[in-house]
Amino acid sequence: MNSDVAGAPTGVGTVGPVSPEPSDPLEMGTTATKIHNKRARIPWRFLGKRALFYTFTLWAALTINFFLPRMMKGDAVSAYLARNQNISQEAADALRALLGLDTDKTLWQQYMDYWALLLRGDLGISISHGLRPVIEVISGALPWTIGLVGVATVIAFTVGTLGGAFIGWRRGSRLDLFIPLTTFLSTIPYFWLGLLAITVFSVNLRLLPIGKAFGVGLSPTWSWDFISSVIEHGVLPASTIVLASLGGWMLGMRNMMLTVLDEDYITVAQAKGMPNRRVLWRYAARNAVLPQIQSFALSLGFIVGGTIVMEMVFSYPGVGKMLLDATNAKDYALMQGVFLIITLSVLVANIAADVAYAFLDPRTRQTES
Amino acid sequence: MSTQQVIDASTAIPTDPPPPPVSVSSRLGSAFAMFRNKKSIAGLVILGFFLLVAIFAPWLAPYPATQINAKARLQPPSTLNWLGTTHLGEDVFSQIIWGTRGVMVVGILATVIAITIAVVVGVVSGYTTGWKSESLSALANVFLVIPGLPLIIIVASLFEDPPLWVIATVLGLTGWAWGARVLRAQTMSLRNRDFVLAAKANGEPLHRIIAVEMLPNLLGLIAASVVGTMTAAVIGLTTLSFIGVIPVSNYNWGTILNWASAQGAFRQNQWWWYVPPGLCIAAIGVALSLLNFGIDEYINPRLRSAGERARALKKRGMDVNDPLTQVRSITPSGKSD
Repeated sequence: MNSDVAGAPTGVGTVGPVSPEPSDPLEMGTTATKIHNKRARIPWRFLGKRALFYTFTLWAALTINFFLPRMMKGDAVSAYLARNQNISQEAADALRALLGLDTDKTLWQQYMDYWALLLRGDLGISISHGLRPVIEVISGALPWTIGLVGVATVIAFTVGTLGGAFIGWRRGSRLDLFIPLTTFLSTIPYFWLGLLAITVFSVNLRLLPIGKAFGVGLSPTWSWDFISSVIEHGVLPASTIVLASLGGWMLGMRNMMLTVLDEDYITVAQAKGMPNRRVLWRYAARNAVLPQIQSFALSLGFIVGGTIVMEMVFSYPGVGKMLLDATNAKDYALMQGVFLIITLSVLVANIAADVAYAFLDPRTRQTES
Repeated sequence: MSTQQVIDASTAIPTDPPPPPVSVSSRLGSAFAMFRNKKSIAGLVILGFFLLVAIFAPWLAPYPATQINAKARLQPPSTLNWLGTTHLGEDVFSQIIWGTRGVMVVGILATVIAITIAVVVGVVSGYTTGWKSESLSALANVFLVIPGLPLIIIVASLFEDPPLWVIATVLGLTGWAWGARVLRAQTMSLRNRDFVLAAKANGEPLHRIIAVEMLPNLLGLIAASVVGTMTAAVIGLTTLSFIGVIPVSNYNWGTILNWASAQGAFRQNQWWWYVPPGLCIAAIGVALSLLNFGIDEYINPRLRSAGERARALKKRGMDVNDPLTQVRSITPSGKSD
């Protein structure tokens, strides 16, 4: 199906000659041979459009990001002064200038300064974390979020997709009951599921620790004590995320399977006497999984930003909790930085989804180019 | 029933391309066909129940939501307080009844806002071509990419005490993009169908083409996005209330859970305080996903017929996935679909 993809040459828009050996029309239609048709052309128009779209979206998101703190009531420095009483007026003014909050500049100038700083990779300093650079503060939280939610997302995707394919194959059997069950789990609010899990497994059964990423008194090292503590603390948040997101993957895959299994080529494959396992995984599931892979790429983008609630419920030291704390403390620089990271990760995931789709489904390339 | 509908439609189209002279009632009936299956009806009944509770809250609730009773703090359920009391002696049952209002008002208002934008943007960008179409589509994509919940948290914190309609508007303004994208794709495919081209050739005005020719064909997708948007709005509202972004003066199920969590009800096993509100949110979620299943099966009849056919074969002792029996099953019954 995608035989011409892997070896696609990067020659600039060459319409290569049809492959030298005249392909036998009888062989063309079977899956046994590879079709050597024209070399894949690079769809410049399509790529250009996408690039334009991503540039535009990035600009829009960064501009929203610029305006957000300026729309908010309350001034970051005042909030900081309220917490630290012994700061002189001059120091406060200096702090305003440092944070880019002095009001004697026009909005346009501030906007230009914002871009200049951004392009230099300077996200400012965080007043709620002892005036440390925002980048440093965020990069301390990012691994926790990506590690925990990334693992949970991969597990949910794998289990949900394989399960959905199997349930779609055994349509009409008792396995269909899994669909309403997992859908129910994904419709109940996540924070409630998380709190219930804490109540049952941590408070009453005392099996697992309550919240935080690792035990008290441990410091991040590559020792077995530390790693086992991290795993122990991650089990509950990860498994609740898997439970809550399994339904979507399972339902999506099962619905696609039901549609694909009705196609003629499945009937043909079965009529040829192909073993069921091959029909299921190589013929039906392989095509049904295409939209799933695109959603998977998209969901990778929401790993960073989509788990604010989880991190709040489990007091997990990740990016989402940092955004909440920054909003409450009116730490605008940190808030902007987190929002920027979240938006960037979604954009990158979108690009990944585009690439994956174009790579896996030749039809997208042909129609769009 | 929905397959019947589809067969009717497909046989009707070639005989009379212009809109057939049918009575208003039968046309209304076909518009609601997607709700005429067990799953959809069950979903609608649950939603209707909560709507009635929201409307008649003042008559149903035994106490005001925030009436403090110092003598009955943290009481488990009894005949006086059906679902027990909070740390201040407030009646949880009354709080849930009053809280239904916030959830329903925000859920419905946010959905109306989001769907209106989605239909306008989706249909216009799907029907037009060139820069208009591209720019509207780019707008929808931007809203799809910008992360919703972080944005809502930041925007909601702009207000000291946001009223319900502000929350609904924010949820609506951030939740329309997906519907617009789906509707755009479907409109683009409808634009070049024969019946639309025929209507254009007849000189029908644009608003009539969109309202009479296209909208009925988009109803299924619109209904599906209504359901999706409402689910997102209800979950969004309760989550925001739980986080504490929406102040506690707006009573809804999320607020109750916020109090319960803040007062340690989860650690002290005061289940009567935190289980019922969660179950109510789950019930709304179940109702909406039942509706979604019903609509899905109407739009894509394979989803339903696949299971039914497999079960029918199984009753006759055959397996859908067995190629031999499949060949055999068609000949005796004469049924081929």
